[in-house]
Amino acid sequence: MSLAENETATAPAALVPELRAICGEDGVLTDHSQRRTYENDGLAHHREVPGVVVLPTSAEQVAAVVRLCHERGVPFVPRGAGTGLSAGALPHAEGVLLVTSRMRRILEIDVANECAVVEPGVANLDITRAAAPHGYYYAPDPSSQQVCSVGGNVAENSGGAHCLKYGFTVNHVRGLDVVTPSGELVRLGGKAADAPGYDLIGAFVGSEGTLGVATRVVVNLTRTPEKTVTLLSAFESMDAGGGAVSSIIGEGVLPSAIEMMDALAIEAAEAAVACDYPAGAAAVLIVELDGPAAEVDAQVEQVEALCAAAGSFETRTASGAEERALVWKGRKSAFAAVGRISPAYIVQDGVVPRTALSEVLRRITELSADSGIRVANVFHAGDGNLHPLVLFDDTEPGAWDRAEEVSAKILDLCVEHGGSITGEHGVGVDKACKMPRMYGPDDLETFDLFRRSLDPEGTANPDKLLPTPRLCGEQPGVRRDVHPLVASGQATQF
Amino acid sequence: MAGSSRAPTPAVRAATPGDAVGDLVPAQVAEPSDTEELSLVLAEAAREGSTVAVRGGGTAQDWGPAPRALDLLVDTGKLSWIDHDPGDLVVEAGAGTPVAELYTHLAGKGQRLSYDPVRAGGTIGGAVATGASGPRRLLHGALRDLVIGMTVVRPDGVQARSGGRVVKNVAGYDLAKLHTGGYGTLGAIASVAFRLQPEPPALRLVEAEYGSRAEAERALAAVRESTVVPSAVEVSAGPDSALCLQVVVEGTHDGLRPRTEQAAQALGAHARVLGELPSQWGHRPSEGPLAWLSLPPAESVEAAARLGRRVRVGGCAPRGALHLSWPQGTPLEEIASVLEEARARPEWSVQLVRAHPEPVPAVDRWGRIPGLPLMRAVKDAFDPDHRFAPGRGTGGI
Repeated sequence: MSLAENETATAPAALVPELRAICGEDGVLTDHSQRRTYENDGLAHHREVPGVVVLPTSAEQVAAVVRLCHERGVPFVPRGAGTGLSAGALPHAEGVLLVTSRMRRILEIDVANECAVVEPGVANLDITRAAAPHGYYYAPDPSSQQVCSVGGNVAENSGGAHCLKYGFTVNHVRGLDVVTPSGELVRLGGKAADAPGYDLIGAFVGSEGTLGVATRVVVNLTRTPEKTVTLLSAFESMDAGGGAVSSIIGEGVLPSAIEMMDALAIEAAEAAVACDYPAGAAAVLIVELDGPAAEVDAQVEQVEALCAAAGSFETRTASGAEERALVWKGRKSAFAAVGRISPAYIVQDGVVPRTALSEVLRRITELSADSGIRVANVFHAGDGNLHPLVLFDDTEPGAWDRAEEVSAKILDLCVEHGGSITGEHGVGVDKACKMPRMYGPDDLETFDLFRRSLDPEGTANPDKLLPTPRLCGEQPGVRRDVHPLVASGQATQF
Repeated sequence: MAGSSRAPTPAVRAATPGDAVGDLVPAQVAEPSDTEELSLVLAEAAREGSTVAVRGGGTAQDWGPAPRALDLLVDTGKLSWIDHDPGDLVVEAGAGTPVAELYTHLAGKGQRLSYDPVRAGGTIGGAVATGASGPRRLLHGALRDLVIGMTVVRPDGVQARSGGRVVKNVAGYDLAKLHTGGYGTLGAIASVAFRLQPEPPALRLVEAEYGSRAEAERALAAVRESTVVPSAVEVSAGPDSALCLQVVVEGTHDGLRPRTEQAAQALGAHARVLGELPSQWGHRPSEGPLAWLSLPPAESVEAAARLGRRVRVGGCAPRGALHLSWPQGTPLEEIASVLEEARARPEWSVQLVRAHPEPVPAVDRWGRIPGLPLMRAVKDAFDPDHRFAPGRGTGGI
């Protein structure tokens, strides 16, 4: 039977009857307009219509689909909620896009073992919602947590604002069921920690879908802190704010989050959401402290004193949930707010050692002044994870190139100072060509050796994570407007 | 790659009986003084087809089976250096750096590596290669959670770095995870970067003994339900000792008072509060058979109570990460029978880490190892001729 013109017409077409036998009629999308809705993830600049889309409902279906791909040498790309910011779920035109959105059962909240067992399509925040009545939550909190999937978090080793104290996804995954690139279903770990042998769970988390698909995840649940306090402290310069960050860490305080915004980001946030941050601030610091009440109380006083000593002209303290949300409002709206003051921007995700923050921020200011391109800084200061937003007008000829040049120089600054090209967004397609800035040829070859050991045929999410000649002629990502999920109110980005 | 401009085999000497690993005396011992030399030595070994094992402080040479063959022993003693960025709470250290030296250095800056060593002596490379963590893994994570970067020399002599020196970094595969607890079967660790924690100003240890399993389980549940946020919760029991729970609380002097009271209340009326940790805290017995037992955490007390009649049991209760230790000379049949009893339970896994003499093949050291074929695939990629510590890894890898 020949397919209609707007239906899958390339390599995976031959697979369609078998895919339908595996996933059912409604579990396979071949119509072009349906497939097109999956053409990009959160990094919308990269687009590719997938050859065919499958929506499996069980691990067995995932395994059967992957096995079929393996046998026929057809590439597959796993996708969760599609909120990723590195085009890690960019589809393959001649491949199968394997979407886990129908696998969204929370299988178990096990309080005695302080863990949850979930399917990969479960939204991050839904674990916390299910655990909250028991006095627990799921600690990793990427900004898209309302919609992003646990399977995607596993693939990207997602962090969030609070990973300063609580770590990343990898520190919270105890067990994984994985469908390997050859289509085998393997259970690694479980409710018990310390599975014997090589730490395959540790290597799988953050592998960006290149080593297979997680079909069941056992995550740690963390006791809800007795008390949480959020401080907002305003400074007359970024340097002074950076100094406060250093002294807080230097004094042995471990906040759950330390966030920073510069004048341009504050201005944008004020215009967008009227967050009412202290007037005249060239930098604001948001410091969140949580834990046993007695410890938090002591630390709040300490942080207030350290901020004052570093030159803060105003510090506000919020303890109630509503009050705290108000403090976070400006920070959480910053990306969208910047989208309102500039037609387009590029967002970077570089990391620098905390002690290099002031120096790197100064150099970014110089870069901005020299190039005449505005850069707004909104970032996770506690762990040195910068999110510089490089602003430009995409209707102006050559503006993208100039912005991209500034953006690339910022990443170079991060690497020069001993940092990383990505702290939480992942490499995906977007930064694959930038990997050589951070790693030498031998390092990259070693990554590839590992990848091929588990995916010798190269069918699992090809052209992601490592540079390839095919990939590296392409342009890195540009954000033209507000993320569709942010626009629809489903997610915040910060 | 192998240095044409440098001496091909730096610092290699003939082995002495003191260099034996198990019953194997290597032909040669190399003592490279930097990563470059380590790389040259291993490239040469690759050309020669030599079997290789790595030794740090030599304190865990009897962990895991002895390698099946050994031509070249690499001693990391000269790879000893510390590069500490106190402001970043990050340290990088050469594989041969003594753990104690690193701790002393960090303590001088009010910081620490929070995994709690499980052996006296030993080096950073050895600690990472064997991968075991002590009590305070509970709050800050096991050793694998604290490693943020690693430089390894592959079996073919190629140097490879993964991760870096910043805490937040998702660029590339986290290959350090494979080497942490990999027993040196995938290459030689040259240096490791860790995230650190500030040393809290004050500490209390709260402990209590229990006459029954039910009592101890109630106490553990009470700790779990509290908001104490302990750094460690250890359970222990043995043929000659009572079922015991120990809770470590760390923080500010003011904050500690109510938290300690809460912990004591949870443990029961007979709880004792101490101001410091006992010496040898977290150390596993240095001789006699030793095994790791991992299980769903809710069953930790049950494991201690049940197996504690036959063998000394201890470990991190809320992680279900326990260890079993027997007196030197315990008959293998007894050990095998305890392993069997544990393996009869779903989701319990137990590995015999150390045994003298080498257990007869009839004793299954590892039990079921989920994912073993994947582990073999990784091993085959990095060490296709199985020259690196052959047989020492889990599952005989």
